[in-house]
Amino acid sequence: MAWLSDFWSTYNTLVYSIGVHAMLALSIQITLSCGLLSLANAAFMGIGAYVSALLTLTLGWPFPAVLAAGTLAPALLALLIGAPVLRLSGVYLAMATLAFGEVVRVIVLNLEITGGPEGLNGIPPSTEGWHIALFLALTVYGLVRLARSRVGRAFEAIKEDEVAARLMGMDVDGHKLFAFTLGALIAGLAGALNAHYTFFISPREYGFESAVDILTMAVLGGTSGLLGPILGASLLTVLPEVLRFLQDWRMAVNGAILILVVLFLPTGLWDPHRVRAWLRRKRREEKA
Amino acid sequence: MFAQQLANALTLGSVYALFALGFTLVFGVLAVINLSHGAVFMVGSYAALVLVTRFQAPLWLALIGAMLVSGGIGLLVDVLILKPLRARNAPHLIPMIATIGVAIMLTSAGQGLFGAEIHRFPEETLPAGELVIAGIHLRALEIGIVAVAFALMALLFVVLRRTQLGRALRAIAESPKAAYLLGINVEGLFHLTSFVAAALGGVAGVLIGLDFNAITPQMGQPILHKGIAVIILGGMGDIRGALIGGLFLGFAEVMSKAYLSSQMGDAVAFGLLFLILLVRPSGLFGRVLERKA
Amino acid sequence: MNMLSLKNVGKHFGGLSVLEDVSFEVPAGSIYGLIGPNGAGKTTVFNLITGLIPPSSGSIALEGRDLVGLAPHRITRLGVARTFQNIRIFPHMSLLENVMVGMHRHLAYGPAALFFNTRACRDGEKKAKERAFELLSWLRLERKADLLADSLSYGEQRKLEFARALATEPRLLLLDEPVAGMNPSEKAELMEEIRAIRDRGYGVFLIEHDMRFVMGLCQHIAVLNFGRIIAEGKPEAIRSNPDVIEAYLGRDDDAETQP
Repeated sequence: MAWLSDFWSTYNTLVYSIGVHAMLALSIQITLSCGLLSLANAAFMGIGAYVSALLTLTLGWPFPAVLAAGTLAPALLALLIGAPVLRLSGVYLAMATLAFGEVVRVIVLNLEITGGPEGLNGIPPSTEGWHIALFLALTVYGLVRLARSRVGRAFEAIKEDEVAARLMGMDVDGHKLFAFTLGALIAGLAGALNAHYTFFISPREYGFESAVDILTMAVLGGTSGLLGPILGASLLTVLPEVLRFLQDWRMAVNGAILILVVLFLPTGLWDPHRVRAWLRRKRREEKA
Repeated sequence: MFAQQLANALTLGSVYALFALGFTLVFGVLAVINLSHGAVFMVGSYAALVLVTRFQAPLWLALIGAMLVSGGIGLLVDVLILKPLRARNAPHLIPMIATIGVAIMLTSAGQGLFGAEIHRFPEETLPAGELVIAGIHLRALEIGIVAVAFALMALLFVVLRRTQLGRALRAIAESPKAAYLLGINVEGLFHLTSFVAAALGGVAGVLIGLDFNAITPQMGQPILHKGIAVIILGGMGDIRGALIGGLFLGFAEVMSKAYLSSQMGDAVAFGLLFLILLVRPSGLFGRVLERKA
Repeated sequence: MNMLSLKNVGKHFGGLSVLEDVSFEVPAGSIYGLIGPNGAGKTTVFNLITGLIPPSSGSIALEGRDLVGLAPHRITRLGVARTFQNIRIFPHMSLLENVMVGMHRHLAYGPAALFFNTRACRDGEKKAKERAFELLSWLRLERKADLLADSLSYGEQRKLEFARALATEPRLLLLDEPVAGMNPSEKAELMEEIRAIRDRGYGVFLIEHDMRFVMGLCQHIAVLNFGRIIAEGKPEAIRSNPDVIEAYLGRDDDAETQP
């Protein structure tokens, strides 16, 4: 068992990161599943991280309360800005949410209470491995339930044909707002958890690059199911570690993988339809 | 003092406009948000640096070389990546993600080849001298930058407005399908647009590299944000909007740095952008550009 | 008792007048047809009724209740469902899912019930599934329930759209060119199915190009030409109306382009 504890002490932050990244990738998968390309989730994560960290550092709130606040604050904001923002669609929505992310980042960068560009230091590491595991499991369970319900069907219908969905008696705007807010909720939770194991947060972690990273994880893994984003998040978190020997070139591999997946596996690494079709073929071959 | 700032603003703004022009051209014609445009900008910078330091090329030659190198990358990206995606009719999000992959690769390659440290053009290769007009000190370098940027933009405008090629491009921007039915070589013009846009991005990279005399692998990131800001401001796919938006942004940045104590100007700028998008998704100067399938 | 009534409805886009002073009433429990040559404004009438676009003037009422100004999903919830001329099913969902989307509103379980998978939630889903099967069987599609919708033939896709519309539990069903692109035997089959739907108590209001189909199916017909109603009445009267004959003479019968 000695190797296990060695492994854990070296890699526990990596495992934590996989969990947090998986939650983030799932948070964007929710909006994508109803046809919205929102890139605001890095900002929502940042808000969750800063709100929770500040409550811990300045007011000394207990950890569960801090987590709740870090989860609810971005969700509330999403609810507020959702109605005007979600009138946009396609590229315009993507750009508006990116601009929103920049606003959040620059504000955090310039406020005194958030520590400006230096960020916040010395956040007590209250997050334990099992917290992340628990919340990830809860998220996945909740999303599985959602996907198999009338809400999941509604999201899919909206993604396929918004007008037809409307004429099925569906409150399309309400569902979009729900997806947007739920995404912010999960991103905020991920941010709050993350802030309480990294000791340190800064505005750099929640900007444009992070927004794009989150999207990349989801798309790489595949957005037509829940396993895809988790797979993508794990892969993109582990890969830079595995490729350490490439030094400055290692990110080039990430980029190349992304391009190859987009070109040759349009639905991502994990596509439930493809897997099902493959299984069916396999079964037929066995019969024959 | 104010006039001096105005000159700085014009320099910066003209380069932003040049950068944004390529960015918006690709969006207008190919309907792709090309997030590798910042990385191509960085490549242009390094290409000129290598030509000047390793091959002792004069600056004008380095500029042309940088144009060809970055334009070539733009062309490669279009042929190898965007074309197959078009053929497959991939949803608009997909090509954008592919260009993120390109950006990551190029940035990483820049770091692998040149290291993360700042590189500079040797002092003696930069045009020296100053022009003093009415008490304003204009560096020859700045005059050169503005001249190059505006000359290229003027050329582009003339081509787009006055030639058959420009009409064909505008037809594609309206509807690629209709343009194809009219006998326009749509694929060829997609390639050409990608080349020209990337070449303009590369030149902008050289000009910024000269202006600040600092080149790093990460230099494409901030300008990409600026580019996005400019095309939101000017209207996506709108050529004139990109010019006005670029100048405006350069002006806003220089003035807020000079006269506002903090960087809060940036927050105000992006906040404004956000509002503009909500109220007028077509941009301040743009008309609604809705592409028919 | 009238199901749906339009009074002096007008619609113009900019300076272009598409509908002018359109008035007619669709009686309950019957099959009503709206015919007219290309570009007469038929699909616009449906778009106005379902709230996709607002009328420029006039009023539209369902069983006396004003529909103008309501969001499309509200109108659907009041009991109006429609199909589209250029079929709009959800291609990457199964037939069963397509139909269950139509039941969205009738599956009223809350978030807590959903999360904990309570009995109410399970029962609701189960009943919805059974009902979806039933509706598919009305159109003889039940054996393909688990296939993806885009694997269906053209005629079957129309029927699926039909079943999906029924799933919203409408009282009035708007069918936009239901037999466009179908062969004669498919048409005859669908005619029977529409009659069967009517006999189950649904009101049917359809737009059609195919005169023979309309004459054989509808109890009442209105004729629209250049945005105006030029005739209204029983099929026999319409058939011999000189204005109608005039409007249809020498026109090509291509499908009209749809917004």
